[in-house]
Amino acid sequence: MKKLTHLVAGASVAFGLTVAASLPAAAVDFSGKTIEWTIPFSETGGSAKWANFFAPLLSENLPGNPTVVVKFMPGAGSTKGANWFQEQTHTDGTVMFGSSGSTQFPYLLGDPRVRYEYADWNPVMASGTGGVAYLNAEDGAKFDGTANNLKGKTYVYGNQGATRLDLIPALAWKMLGMDVEHVMGVKGRGDGRKMFESGEATIDYQTSSAFLKNVTPLVEEGKAVPMMTWGALGANGDIVRDPTFPDIPTFKEVCDATDGCETSGAAWDAWKAFFIAGFPSQKIAFLPAGTPQDVMDAYTKAFAAIAARPDFAEISAKRLGKYPMYVGADSKSALAGAITVSDSAKDYVTGWLQAEFGVSLN
Amino acid sequence: MDILNLALPALADAWSLILQPTVLMYLLLGVTMGLAIGVFPGLGGIAGLSLVLPFMFGLEPSYGLALMIGMVAVVPTSDTFASVLMGIPGSSASQATVLDGFPMAKKGLAARALSAAFASSLFGGLVGAFFLTFFILVARPIVLEFKSPELLMVSAFGLSMVGILAGRVALKGMMAAGVGMLVATIGEGPFNGELRMASYEFPYLADGLKLVIVGLGIFAVPEIVALLRKDKAISERTSLGAGWLAGVRDWWANKWLSMRCALIGVIVGVIPGLGGSVVDWIAYGHTVQTTRDRSGFGKGDVRGVVGPESSNNAKEGGGLVPTLLFGIPGSGSMAIFIGALSLLGSGELEVGQVMLKDNLNYTYAIVWLLALANVMGTILCIALSGQIARITNIRFALIAPFIFMIIAFAAFQSGQNLMDLAALFAIGFLGIMMRRFDWSRPAFLIGFVLANPVENYSNNANQIAGIRFRQGFEAGMDYIASPIVLTLLVITVVSVIVGLRQAKNIRAEGEVASGGKRAPLIFLLVMIGFVSFALYDTATIPSYAFVDAVFPVTIASASLLCGLVLLVQMRLRPETDALFADRETSGEDADNRFALWPTLSWFAALLLATSLLGFILALCGFLLAFFRLRAGLAWARSILLTAIGVAFMCFMAWLLNRDFPPGLLQHFVDLPWPLT
Repeated sequence: MKKLTHLVAGASVAFGLTVAASLPAAAVDFSGKTIEWTIPFSETGGSAKWANFFAPLLSENLPGNPTVVVKFMPGAGSTKGANWFQEQTHTDGTVMFGSSGSTQFPYLLGDPRVRYEYADWNPVMASGTGGVAYLNAEDGAKFDGTANNLKGKTYVYGNQGATRLDLIPALAWKMLGMDVEHVMGVKGRGDGRKMFESGEATIDYQTSSAFLKNVTPLVEEGKAVPMMTWGALGANGDIVRDPTFPDIPTFKEVCDATDGCETSGAAWDAWKAFFIAGFPSQKIAFLPAGTPQDVMDAYTKAFAAIAARPDFAEISAKRLGKYPMYVGADSKSALAGAITVSDSAKDYVTGWLQAEFGVSLN
Repeated sequence: MDILNLALPALADAWSLILQPTVLMYLLLGVTMGLAIGVFPGLGGIAGLSLVLPFMFGLEPSYGLALMIGMVAVVPTSDTFASVLMGIPGSSASQATVLDGFPMAKKGLAARALSAAFASSLFGGLVGAFFLTFFILVARPIVLEFKSPELLMVSAFGLSMVGILAGRVALKGMMAAGVGMLVATIGEGPFNGELRMASYEFPYLADGLKLVIVGLGIFAVPEIVALLRKDKAISERTSLGAGWLAGVRDWWANKWLSMRCALIGVIVGVIPGLGGSVVDWIAYGHTVQTTRDRSGFGKGDVRGVVGPESSNNAKEGGGLVPTLLFGIPGSGSMAIFIGALSLLGSGELEVGQVMLKDNLNYTYAIVWLLALANVMGTILCIALSGQIARITNIRFALIAPFIFMIIAFAAFQSGQNLMDLAALFAIGFLGIMMRRFDWSRPAFLIGFVLANPVENYSNNANQIAGIRFRQGFEAGMDYIASPIVLTLLVITVVSVIVGLRQAKNIRAEGEVASGGKRAPLIFLLVMIGFVSFALYDTATIPSYAFVDAVFPVTIASASLLCGLVLLVQMRLRPETDALFADRETSGEDADNRFALWPTLSWFAALLLATSLLGFILALCGFLLAFFRLRAGLAWARSILLTAIGVAFMCFMAWLLNRDFPPGLLQHFVDLPWPLT
C-alpha cells in the first residue's frame, strides 16, 4: 500500500513537473523568429555595446532560440526612438526597446518633445552603469585630484543636448568652476568621443562600457587622462568609488578637494538626485504596452538565466563594467528609482538649464 | 616606415580573412546576384544592396562584406549586355556604352564588343582596387587629422559637382539638388528633434524618407516606365557572332586609353555622392577628345566601348575611398553600404576614421574582395554570355512586372508599410517628371545623400569655430582654414572649372528636345511651391530649437532664388530654348507605343489594390492582368508567370520572416500567411 502511494505520488509529481516544464515553453516559443531590439542611439555609444553584449546571450536563453538583432534608431538624443516605441503595441513579443538615462531625463524634466510614457512600458531587465570624465593630455597633466589648476581655461565638450544625460557632466564641471563650452547636437557619446580624438573637443565623458572599450586605449597611448567617475551608490545611499574604476576618484571627492565646490546644498542635492535617476539603473530593456504575462515571464526567465551564468560576472565586467543587473520585479523597482526625482531638484535643474543654455521647459 | 609596419601585416591578415571557403561562397553568391541585377535595365547597386540588407543583421562581418562587395563590384560588368545587345543601358553607369556598343552589335560584332567591354571592365576594376589600397596607405595619417571643417569640405566638394551634372541649364540642376536636400530634411531635426515638413498625426513622414525608396523611386521607376512605354520588340539576333579574341586584342591595342579612363573612373568615384551616372559620359568625352580620327564614333568604334567600360568598374574602388575613410557616401549605393555595415556582426565595424584605426584588416579585406569579385565577374560573364544574352531577347513587358515587384519588395524593407509603396510611387512620379523636363536626377540624389553630412558637419564646425574665435582670431583661423581645408577648397574650385568645361560632354539624360512652354512652366511652379512650403514650414520651429531650422532655411532660400530666376528666364526666352526641354513633345518618348498615364495607372492600381486587399493578393491580380491585357499573353502563360512571381515573393518573405503590408480586407478577415 505504501509503495503504491509512493508510486502514485511520484508519478503525479513527475507528471506535474513535465506539465509545468512544458507549459510555458508551449505557450511562448520564438523558434524561427527574429527579435528586434531597438536602441535609440547610434552604433557607437554605450547603449549599443550594452545591447550587443546581451543580444547573443538572450538568443541562447529564450525559448526557441530566436535571432536577436540590435537595431539603431538615433535621433533627437533618443527622443525619436522612444516616441517610436510608444507607438508600438504587442504583436508576437519580437519588439524590444532599450532606454537609457538620456531617455529618462527629458521625461523627468517635462521636455515638450517627449511623447512617451514610461508607465505604459513593461521593464524586463535593468542594469546600472557609471560614467568617467576625462581630459586631454595637456590639461590632464595639470590635474592633481582637484579642479583648482583647471580653472581659467576654456574647454570644449560635444554635448548631445542640454536635457540629456549630459547634464550630469555639465553640472559637475560647472560646480567645479570650470569653463566648458558646449557644442550642442552631437549624435551620440561615440560622436563626442570622435570629436575628442580629433582634438576638436578637449574634455569628454563616456559611460563605463564605452570608456572601457574606447577610451582605455587612449589613456594607454597618453592621449587622454581620466579625471573622475560619477561614483556608485553605496548601501546607505552615499556615493562611493565606482567598483569598475576603483583607482579613479569620484566627483564627490574632487568636489570636496576643490575650492568653492560644495558637497551639500541645492546644487549638490540636484546633481545627486539626477545621478541616481541616470546611472545606477540607467539602461532598461522594455517590452511594449499590452505584452501578456507569459511573454514577460519568458523574457524574465531568459535574463535571469543569463545573470545566473557562472561566468557572467567575468564576461560582463570586461564589457560592461561591474554593475548590478535587475531582472523581473527588481527591474520594476529599478525603473521606479530611475523616473522619480524630487521637485526641488527638478526646479534647480530647470532653472540652471534656462540660465546656462536658454532652454525653456515650460 | 610606420606605413609598412602597419599596412603589410594588415594586408596579410585581410588575405587570410577572406581566403576561407565560406567567405568565397558568399562572394560568389554576391557576384552572381550582382551580375543578374546588372543585366536587367532599371536595377542597379541601390536595388541590389537593399535586397540583401535584411540578411545583414548579425551576419559574420567577413561574409556580409563578401556578399555586398561582390554585388556592387560586378554590376558595371554585366550591365554591358543590355547596353550592347538591346541599346538600353543596363544601369546608369553604362549609358555611354550604348553609343558605340549597340551599333557594333547591329553589325554582327556583338561578341567583339562584349569581350572588349569585359576586358576593360576587369582592368578598370583592378585599377580601382589597386588605387584604393594605395590611397588607404598614403591617406591614413592625413585622414586621422580630419575634423568637422575638413569633413564639411569633403561633403561640399561632392555637392559642388551639381553644376557639372546639371546638363544644359545649370540653375535647374542646382534647384534639383536643393529639392533633394530639402526632401532629406523631412522628419525630425537632427539636433532638437523638431519636426520638419511632417507631423506626428502622420508618423510615416516623421521618420523621414529612406534612401532605398528615394534612390529606387528617382532612378529605377522612371526607367521601367520609359522602357515599358517603348515596349521594345525582341532583338532578332540569335547568336553573338565570333570575335571574342578580337575584342581582347582591341582592348590591348587601347590599353593606355583604358588606363586613362580607369583613372578618370577612380577620380570621379572618389568625389562624394557623384557615383555612376556621369562617369561613363566623362570617360566617353575623354575618349572622343583624345582620338584623332573621330569619324567612327557613334557608328561602332570599339574605343567608344573600351573608354566607358574601363571607367565604370574603376569607380567602385574610388567610391569606397570617401565611404571607408570618412563615412561620407561616395554614391547612393555606398550610402546603403554604410548603413548595412553597422548591421554586421555585433556592430563592431564602423566606417570613417575609426575603421582605418581599429579595423585595418577589414578595410584591406574589402580591397581584396573588390579585386577578386571583378575577376570572378568577368569569368562568369564570358562563360555564361550565351545564356545571359538570351535574357536580353525577352520582351521588356514580360520582365518589367517582375522588376517592379522586386523594387516594391526592396522598398518594403524599411518598414513593411503600405506607405513605403506609396512613397515609392510618389518619388517615382517625381522622377518621371524630372526625366521628362530634363531636371538632373543625379543632382537630386546627390543632394539627398549629402544633406545629412553637410548639415551635421556645418553645425559642429560652426559652433566650434565660434568658440575658437572667441578665444582669439588666430585660433579660429587655425581651425577653419587649416591646410587640408584650403587644399580641398582649391581642389573644389579647380574641379568645378574643369567640370564645367567638360559639362557639354555629359548628357546624363540624353538629348531632350524643347517644345511648348506650358508643361515645363507648370513643373517649375510645382517645384517652387514645394521649396516655398519648406521655407514656410520652418516657421513652426520654436526659436530655442533654431539650429534645426538653419539648414532648411538656407537651402530653401537658395533654391527659391534659383526657381525665381528660372521663372523670369522662362518669361523672356523663346520656347525653343533648352529651358523648356520636354520629352513628350518630340524625340523618342513622343513616338512611344504607350502613353505615360495609362502605363502609370498600372502601378497606381497596384498601390490602390494593396491598400484594399494586401500586397500578395494585389500582386496576383496585378501580374495576371498585366501579362494578359498589357503584354497580350495567353491565359495559361499569364497564370504560370504570375505563379512564379508570387512564389518568389513568398519565398523571400519566408526566408526573412516578413509579413507583407495588409490592406483593408485583412482588417476585417483573418487570413493565413502570406495573405495576412
